[in-house]
Amino acid sequence: MRTWINIFWLGTKEFRSVFSDMIMLALIIWSFTFAIYEHASAIGETVNNASIAFVDEDRSNLSRQLRSALYPPYFQTPQLIEASSIDHVMDQDRFMFVVVIPPDFEADIRKGRQPGIQVNIDATAVEQASLGAGYIQNILLDEVNRFVARSDEEAALPVNLVIRRAFNPNGTQKWFQAITALLDQLSMLTIVLTGAALIREREHGTIEHLLVMPLTAFQIVMAKVWANGLVILTAFTLSIYFVVERSLDVPIAGSHALLLFGTTVYLFAAAAIGIFLGTIARTMAQFALLMMMTIIPMNMLSGGMTPIESQPEIVQYFTWFLPSRHYMSFAQAVVFRGADLEIVWPQFLTVAALGFTFFTASLALFRRSITVSK
Amino acid sequence: MDSAANLVAQVRNITHAYKTVHALDGVSLEIPGGRMVGLLGPDGVGKSTLLGLLAGARKLQHGTVQVLGGDMASSRHRRAVGPHIAYMPQGLGKNLYQELSIRENLDFFGKLFGQDAAERKARIDRLTTATGLHPFLDRPAGKLSGGMKQKLGLCCALIHDPDFLILDEPTTGVDPLSRRQFWELIDAIRTERPAMAVLVSTAYMDEAERFDWLVAMDAGKILSTGTPSELKEQTGTDNIEAAFIQLLPENERDSRDELKIPPLEKQDGTPAIVAKGLTRRFGDFTAVDQVSFEIQRGEIFGFLGSNGCGKTTTMKMLTGLLPASEGEAFLFGNPVDAKDLETRKRVGFMSQSFSLYGELTVVQNLKLHARLFHLTPERTDERISELTTRFGLRHHMYQLASALPLGMRQRLSLAVAIIHEPEMLILDEPTSGVDPVARDEFWELLIDLSRQDRVTIFISTHFMNEALRCDRISLMHDGQVLVYDEPEHLVEAKGAATLEEAFIGYIEAAIGEKTEDQGNMAAPLTKTPAQVNAIPDRTTRPLHGFSSTRLLAYSYREIKEVIRDPVRLAFAFLGSAILLIVIAYGISTDVEDLTYAAFDLDKTPQSRAYLSNLSGSRYFLERPDLTSKDDLERQLKANKITLAIEIPPGFGRALKKGGTPTISAWIDGANTVRAGTIEAYVSGGHNVYLTELIREAGGDAAKAQRAAIEPRYRYNPSFESIYAIGPSSPALLLLLFPAVLMAVSVAREKEIGTITNFYVTPTNRLEFLVGKQLPYILIGVGNFIILTLLVVLVLQVPLKGSFLALLAGATLYIAATTGWGLLISALTRSQVAAVFATAILSMLPTMQFSGFIRPVSSLEPTSQFIGSLWPTTYYMHLSVGAYTKGLGFADLASDLFALAAFIPVFIFLAALVLKKQEA
Repeated sequence: MRTWINIFWLGTKEFRSVFSDMIMLALIIWSFTFAIYEHASAIGETVNNASIAFVDEDRSNLSRQLRSALYPPYFQTPQLIEASSIDHVMDQDRFMFVVVIPPDFEADIRKGRQPGIQVNIDATAVEQASLGAGYIQNILLDEVNRFVARSDEEAALPVNLVIRRAFNPNGTQKWFQAITALLDQLSMLTIVLTGAALIREREHGTIEHLLVMPLTAFQIVMAKVWANGLVILTAFTLSIYFVVERSLDVPIAGSHALLLFGTTVYLFAAAAIGIFLGTIARTMAQFALLMMMTIIPMNMLSGGMTPIESQPEIVQYFTWFLPSRHYMSFAQAVVFRGADLEIVWPQFLTVAALGFTFFTASLALFRRSITVSK
Repeated sequence: MDSAANLVAQVRNITHAYKTVHALDGVSLEIPGGRMVGLLGPDGVGKSTLLGLLAGARKLQHGTVQVLGGDMASSRHRRAVGPHIAYMPQGLGKNLYQELSIRENLDFFGKLFGQDAAERKARIDRLTTATGLHPFLDRPAGKLSGGMKQKLGLCCALIHDPDFLILDEPTTGVDPLSRRQFWELIDAIRTERPAMAVLVSTAYMDEAERFDWLVAMDAGKILSTGTPSELKEQTGTDNIEAAFIQLLPENERDSRDELKIPPLEKQDGTPAIVAKGLTRRFGDFTAVDQVSFEIQRGEIFGFLGSNGCGKTTTMKMLTGLLPASEGEAFLFGNPVDAKDLETRKRVGFMSQSFSLYGELTVVQNLKLHARLFHLTPERTDERISELTTRFGLRHHMYQLASALPLGMRQRLSLAVAIIHEPEMLILDEPTSGVDPVARDEFWELLIDLSRQDRVTIFISTHFMNEALRCDRISLMHDGQVLVYDEPEHLVEAKGAATLEEAFIGYIEAAIGEKTEDQGNMAAPLTKTPAQVNAIPDRTTRPLHGFSSTRLLAYSYREIKEVIRDPVRLAFAFLGSAILLIVIAYGISTDVEDLTYAAFDLDKTPQSRAYLSNLSGSRYFLERPDLTSKDDLERQLKANKITLAIEIPPGFGRALKKGGTPTISAWIDGANTVRAGTIEAYVSGGHNVYLTELIREAGGDAAKAQRAAIEPRYRYNPSFESIYAIGPSSPALLLLLFPAVLMAVSVAREKEIGTITNFYVTPTNRLEFLVGKQLPYILIGVGNFIILTLLVVLVLQVPLKGSFLALLAGATLYIAATTGWGLLISALTRSQVAAVFATAILSMLPTMQFSGFIRPVSSLEPTSQFIGSLWPTTYYMHLSVGAYTKGLGFADLASDLFALAAFIPVFIFLAALVLKKQEA
């Protein structure tokens, strides 16, 4: 009981520290408003505003029709270029796609000779390139078929395919991006805030003061975790309500309470990592570098940039130890699929267990870190 | 007295405030030249502010300051007289670089004043010989004793033959012997250069007698000026301390008589503190060596010695903060144990560094501690009202602790330490920097606690008059306790007149045995003929304008410092290498192993034929068939499958009859990017199926495909994301790491105080910024080479284009990213804020808006705009171009120009924001 009273009162002190630091507050607000909004709405469609050029050596009605079939927002208005400049414009990255329509294309189509359309793709933009190439192929073929159908009646295709997207019927990009953005900010701010709180206290010598009082390392660490975690949880809740749901218009299919509960567990894990880094770093410079080493993989490999199943198996073993990966799949399940606790409990448990591990590790290192700080 | 022409400085009506606190309040003063002037007064009365203003280190707020015949508000005059002023800020070795050796420190200062190698060597030899530092030239400043640090600080100040030497509390925290040596050194220098004016501030009243002229200050105002004898005459007292107290306003004066200490009543029982052979080593350095003592209950035990002699370390071992390397300690008969919470409740501790929470008010601080000791609410209120009355904190209850004057803060610290009525108090230099009146009051409280409440007090101090008040004292030097006994006995035993003399005797005896640390006062400061030739007259040397020597001096120093922090160095190189591998293998846009399941309501050969299209694909992993629509929904929801294919009943029949059956595909749309890819795969598979169907039906396949699309994947024919991620990842790492390292490096100087050297030497902003930047550009380029080797050799992405163009791009890019770090650090004051701001502000544009994963051209306008203002965008583009497209200088020119343009912008902005003076 006394332990929890101590943790409570120590935590109130942490609050005052956070709220007296204007720069910190400003950065937290910036992260949970502007940064999330911008990150989420940066990308319109899967293929968006892709630059495209045509080399039209046919100059027929059909070739003009093909050109006008590719339009915004997926593609920029196609530009006409000369065949000789293909290499140059692609080297310069002026166009991601260059479509080449050979001479006598329309005539060959009419004769049923099956002429070829060459599509040059800048494959260095991997994701856009593959999706965009697929789009272009479908659009151009549809257009050719329509052209033929008009001149030469033909039966419809024997089987229709209807593709439906569950959980996000229109494939609105910002839904998914909003959750990724929230997770990125959540991890980064929690780790920096708790880690810095510990290092600052050590640099100011107040930590020694705490350690000569009848307080245990557990109480000191726990107080930092709950107080800083609560600051971020509050920011997160406001951000979900105002930025994600209102501004970005992302519907949350599952239960808000479950989402908050899961986030709380994740914050515990992230804060524990922050403290852990704070106990191993001897100086602020070292903490900064360690933090970079942790946050970059945490954010990039959580499944927001690359689905986990696409990662090589070795990397998957590594990412299993990142709480962010489990939280990401939890958050997606609750926000989009409306999953309930029955479905997401494994993620829950894993995040909690990882958090507990880091927490225990930092407790073990805590006193040692104070003694070497001399 | 002196005419106006003889004045070294003239101050008119200056007022200086920090937020709402007035440090100086309408001060006017004339400081005569060619003399040793003492600025007398306790801490926090504005001495340091006044000295900072005179040295040009602080920005003037109101009034005028004239130094060496010019206005210090004018930056031109500051530049002109800067080289003639030397300023040593307060704090032991505060403007020294702790990682650098004595020689390197002096060398650095010499370079800032444009001295060539031969001249620097001659000057360093002369100064270190005179100060006795010569045998230790290669010892890092951080490992010097307090006295040696101050001597080194003095050498650094004297390296350019200043006309006006400003020393801010040079002897605070230094042992009596070093203090005496320090003053002898100053006297020797003044004999050699009688024209030099010296202005020294001090809180030791007993040092005041040695000055030619005194300025007594209190609460931001000048109390009086004059020679020591004039002051004594004016107040009718026989010593300066008494004179100072007389000069104070009536209400601040200590109305009581001399402090009376009732004799200690001997108590029996176990001693309160016992130390037996306590030893503590840090690496090969022994901080505390075989320390033993016993302290009785109710005793006031004084612990004397210079800074860095091991006092604090011993105290930390007693409190359990530091485990002892050898020996043992007992509190109340129990061995010291870090886990023993019960003993801790009986001890109160006040550490040397101010250990209150500045962001809490007086009452909040007291309440917090009362709660942590589990006082009942009633008892808490009782204690708080008792203590605030007793300690005179009543009127400050709701003030922030950080806003209190130093004396008040010390009282609050003590109040906090005794709120739980401990039986023992451990106080580490509680009165350092507190004015004499406040110190006496503080001691009254201590005596009260000891004699009335029977509290054992273990206190460390530098002040001899405080030592005399202790029941017993011990003198520590260089990790060892030299003696411990009652103060009177020590004086008698040494046959000395005062305790100070007795101590000097003990220390000299200790040093004599070790023959170390001895200043060679006999060495002539006067130049020998050979030295005169080597040391040119400084007036002939131009110090204005841009100097590459100074710039390189900063670079050289920074390199030395980084090299001596192997952890930072290792991280800088290995950290990014490890991350590159993790990112390159982890980020992949090749979507594979997608789970799907069929909901086949037809179950005919036709429906199976359709499904075999998917099950044969390398992209898909088949899961057991779905049994119902509910099952389908549930599996999608639980993320068991990402795709479900629903084939309606009667599909086969309809197909044979020539009807047009409809197949539905359900895709998990949560991850929109992945959903897009799946959609493309599914429609691709569907098209293949259709072609097959027509061909089987004996139709002309060409009827289905009127035209053939021939995709040509350029630059990356196998279409693997590693060819894009490999060249792009270094762009992320070469921004984040150099920017953070740079930002911390400048913020650190601000935090520990070495930035003062930039304020008071002829260094200009560009020299400072670019000088500090160059080493990090070097580190960054080294990093770039490691990353390039990894990309080519480990990730197997060939570099098809020009390596030189890529190297040029990387160098420009790193110059830009370190420039960004400089800008952030110029804007922030602490290291925490610098790290926080760099990480948070850089992460988003670097990861999301620079073309990593998604081309900048496909972003929405705002993000695209941010991306276009961020250097990563251009370097990422350049790197991908050089690696995969085989481009050279000509094709990459536009990126190179763009990157180059960032450098002056960031550095110019940083120079604009960075102040050449403190606020």
